[in-house]
Amino acid sequence: MKHMTRKATRHVSQNEGLIFEKSSLGKAAWKLPPLDVPAADATKLLGAWERRDLGAMPEVSEIEIIRHFTRLSTWNYAIDLGMYPLGSCTMKYNPRVNEAVARVEGIANAHPYQPEEISQGALRIIKTLSECLIEITGMDAITLQPAAGAHGEMTGLLMVRAYHQSKGNARKKILIPDSAHGTNPATAAMVSYAVENLKSDSRGMVDIASLEAQMNEDVAALMLTNPNTLGVFEQDIHKISEILHAKGGLLYMDGANMNALVGKARPGDFGVDVMHLNLHKTFSTPHGGGGPGSGPVAIKKILEPFLPTPVVVRRADGALAFEYNRPQSIGRVRAFYGNFGMFVRALAYIQANGPDGLRQTTEDAVLNANYIRKGLEGTYDLPYSTPTMHEVVFSDKLQAKKGVRTMDIAKRLIDYGFHPYTTAFPLIVPGALMIEPTESEPKEELDLFIEAMKSIAEEVEEDPQTVLDAPHSTRVSRLDETAAARKPVLRWKPAS
Amino acid sequence: MAYPTDRKYTKEHEWIQVNGNAAAIGITDYAQQSLGDIVFVEVPKAGTELVAGKTFGTVESVKAVSDLFAPASGTVTEVNGALATSPENVNKDAHGSWMVKITLKNPAELKALLSAADYEKFVAEEAGH
Amino acid sequence: MRYLPKSPADREAMLKAIGFRSVDDLFAPIPAEYRLARDLNIPRQMAESEIVDYFRQRSRENGDGYTSFLGAGVYFHYRPVIIDSLISRGEFLTAYTPYQAEISQGTLQSIFEFQTMICELTGMEVANASMYDGSTAAAEAVMMAVRLTGRRRVVVARSLHPEYREVLTTYATHQGMPLSLVGFGDDGRVNRRELESSISAETACVLIQSPNFFGAIEDVDAIAEITHKNGAMLVVSIAEAVSLGIVEPPRQADVIAMEAQSFGVPMGFGGPYCGVIATHEKNVRQMPGRLVGQTTDKQGKRGFVLTLATREQHIRREKATSNICTNQALVALMVNIFMTVYGKVGLKELAKQNLAKAAYAAAQFAKHSKILFGGSPRFNEFVVQTSEDPRAINSRLLGHKIVGGLPLEKFYPELGNAALWCCTELTTRSTIDTAAGFVAESERSVRSGKEVGLQEVTR
Repeated sequence: MKHMTRKATRHVSQNEGLIFEKSSLGKAAWKLPPLDVPAADATKLLGAWERRDLGAMPEVSEIEIIRHFTRLSTWNYAIDLGMYPLGSCTMKYNPRVNEAVARVEGIANAHPYQPEEISQGALRIIKTLSECLIEITGMDAITLQPAAGAHGEMTGLLMVRAYHQSKGNARKKILIPDSAHGTNPATAAMVSYAVENLKSDSRGMVDIASLEAQMNEDVAALMLTNPNTLGVFEQDIHKISEILHAKGGLLYMDGANMNALVGKARPGDFGVDVMHLNLHKTFSTPHGGGGPGSGPVAIKKILEPFLPTPVVVRRADGALAFEYNRPQSIGRVRAFYGNFGMFVRALAYIQANGPDGLRQTTEDAVLNANYIRKGLEGTYDLPYSTPTMHEVVFSDKLQAKKGVRTMDIAKRLIDYGFHPYTTAFPLIVPGALMIEPTESEPKEELDLFIEAMKSIAEEVEEDPQTVLDAPHSTRVSRLDETAAARKPVLRWKPAS
Repeated sequence: MAYPTDRKYTKEHEWIQVNGNAAAIGITDYAQQSLGDIVFVEVPKAGTELVAGKTFGTVESVKAVSDLFAPASGTVTEVNGALATSPENVNKDAHGSWMVKITLKNPAELKALLSAADYEKFVAEEAGH
Repeated sequence: MRYLPKSPADREAMLKAIGFRSVDDLFAPIPAEYRLARDLNIPRQMAESEIVDYFRQRSRENGDGYTSFLGAGVYFHYRPVIIDSLISRGEFLTAYTPYQAEISQGTLQSIFEFQTMICELTGMEVANASMYDGSTAAAEAVMMAVRLTGRRRVVVARSLHPEYREVLTTYATHQGMPLSLVGFGDDGRVNRRELESSISAETACVLIQSPNFFGAIEDVDAIAEITHKNGAMLVVSIAEAVSLGIVEPPRQADVIAMEAQSFGVPMGFGGPYCGVIATHEKNVRQMPGRLVGQTTDKQGKRGFVLTLATREQHIRREKATSNICTNQALVALMVNIFMTVYGKVGLKELAKQNLAKAAYAAAQFAKHSKILFGGSPRFNEFVVQTSEDPRAINSRLLGHKIVGGLPLEKFYPELGNAALWCCTELTTRSTIDTAAGFVAESERSVRSGKEVGLQEVTR
């Protein structure tokens, strides 16, 4: 506990029940204007379909709602409070100007079906962001429609399937490295492709010999995360794309780790045919406690006919418009045009950075990860010594000897004022500690983090029980997840 | 752990206890231990055909899912309904908590399975890795 | 760069600590031929004031200041200001998915409350923590029914939102889920005789929407009876959540796939929105998406956790119920706050105002033009059929900063000159009267065979 006071200290936090427990008849937080048309007779209009009771919906006043949610908010950790080193999640600063511009009247209140002649502003935002992302990725075209990364994966693989289909054979399977995110195999299954695992070599990279052996005309694509989930750049990327392309396969890149590349290298230049981006990771749109995300898919020319509809085009008169008539399209993956509000934020982020800012951002992200690696090497086991890009993966091998596992260390980190890193992923590292600091951390915060991690390692040696019982400073201690899963209580019920 | 000698075992950690043409199937104590707290057992309805060596259901802990492999082929005649509400029974008494009962289709298949002693040896080796 | 918290000296010191001479060393793992040696060709770095100005200009090109009669799955309701005050708290805005329960109780408890209120409003027993939107929620609900029934055929109502139908088609195409369509009758609702004949012992589910795309409330009980008689499941999509304040929820449904945008979420040109799936307890293990459950900590204190995670992609990988990973937590929080503000009484009163405005508007339009499907009960949308192409009427309305109803020809050519109009509590009587006046004028001029002039209708 010796370093704890440097980053965090305890303070009083308010208790707060469920909103339903504050409800009582006759309280209200709403007021409607007087009706300027005759009141409707619901019974006459709806007959048997008139609803009479809204059950246990709460009745509370405005101040109670403000306090309720403000109190709840104080029970959360957030980027705004400090470093949030979740690996592969890219928890970077969420600029506030993004939020301000997303709320400008004509943007926030635009209806997706309003006529195109009064939607030129929105169409221009879509077009400009598309052009920026195409340039950043080095690809030829893009769709912004997918609502999240996994949704982008599905969209990308549907285009892969349509492409192969157009050549007469949809092919049967997708190769996925054993270090991949769980969404990759889940997505392949949703698009009716079989999944074949691909081994990693001793450097933590795709094993080229295995790839050569497994690659054949049944393989539709390889789904590769680059840098991969070990934070390692696939140095044989050229060879990988050659092997795939030689047998007519496509290279899909999961862009989850694009924060290591923006302005420094472009996937389109190293052989990627299709990739998704996560605007909520690389392009600073807020995670918001688990969404909304946005997962644009950038593609090479060969896949362009298959883009979801609609596509934004410039008409002869210079106006922007949606084009729906695309006979080879995979169809829609979502109603309307995607998470437009996230496009606005991502574009504001790109504008705030410019080419020099984006490059510096990437450099700082990689510098931060390497600084942590250097600081913790020796204290924690580093299973792969291959150079680190934007994130570094340690294992709990040294601490496991004392019975302390990665999750315990993660929970103890909470007491030191940090959010835990990603635990137990990637699966190829038993007991993984996956750390991604992003560019948003100053040197001081990184030093505190390294200090905290070292201090915990000392505690593991001297007093492992303290680590095993952590966290000690939170409102609730470790929760009984087994009971939650055995007898699920998924909603509040009024006392009967 | 002593494994009951009144039944046979698979390398995927299921046991099968035969009674004439009928048999009960469950998972071993070693399996429940490595899975941890079991929160859900999913098995097929009565009438379903099991095929030896193929998956027929799953056992879930909070953060893991394990497939159940059929030790022998046959038709499900009964499902242990108690496990739907009390999956923890498997943790408390794995060898006493059968999951399904089947009518054997080809009792000769049982010959390929492990005896209690062989299974114990197998587990000791696996744990040693 | 103003978001980057490092001085050149910091960078220098850190490089030195790592033992690197320059930044280039950091990028040595990337083969030299792939390292970008130039600036990205994107707009230059802009000041905050320039960025704000840029988006204000885009806003002005984007219908700012227009009044609209558009609905069709996206509704303009008033958003209480406290929604944005509360969701702007960094602890909500800048937190990740609540995997680390001990420091995520705020998000977790709020999702638990959200799940509870969705259950109350839909009449279902369990609801998930949200999906991308109503269209993908409907597609996921159908896939859920396919898993639950072990059957593969799906019957889809043509009175379902056409874009939802397109999304479902994309999802179903490669999963061996044949779709068949069932049309609507003269009342704008599912043709039950056609439904009877298109449903079979291989049908996994029937997917309908209520209130449907035309605003008509489907006879869910009758449809449920036909569906269940055949051993299939009934999936009901709800696109206008405010309807739940005064319209009986489809309690006979097996799965409800909802779009909650109406509850405090900006229209925002189509997203982000908030889909939800609700169902009966017995189906929960086949439900996609995240779920929050109540439990206790070591001291017996109440707390909340993400639960039943074994359904999800990060554990089950290719065998998961869905590949869905994010939900729409921040949007679900908006919905949660909206539901809390209006509550038991307010939601009903809000819904009644919507009902009244649409009833008044429909009556005004009916004086001069035809209301299609007028015999069916409806909530806040109705279909107006005019003699003239509704696009022509709309373009005249646009000159008065009014966006008229959605022309339906693109989706339903057989309906001719029909448009879908929507009124909410924010639609004023005077706007309704103005729009009805334009329609009346259009009908008069078509009858007298002369071109309509703007001066005449605005006198």
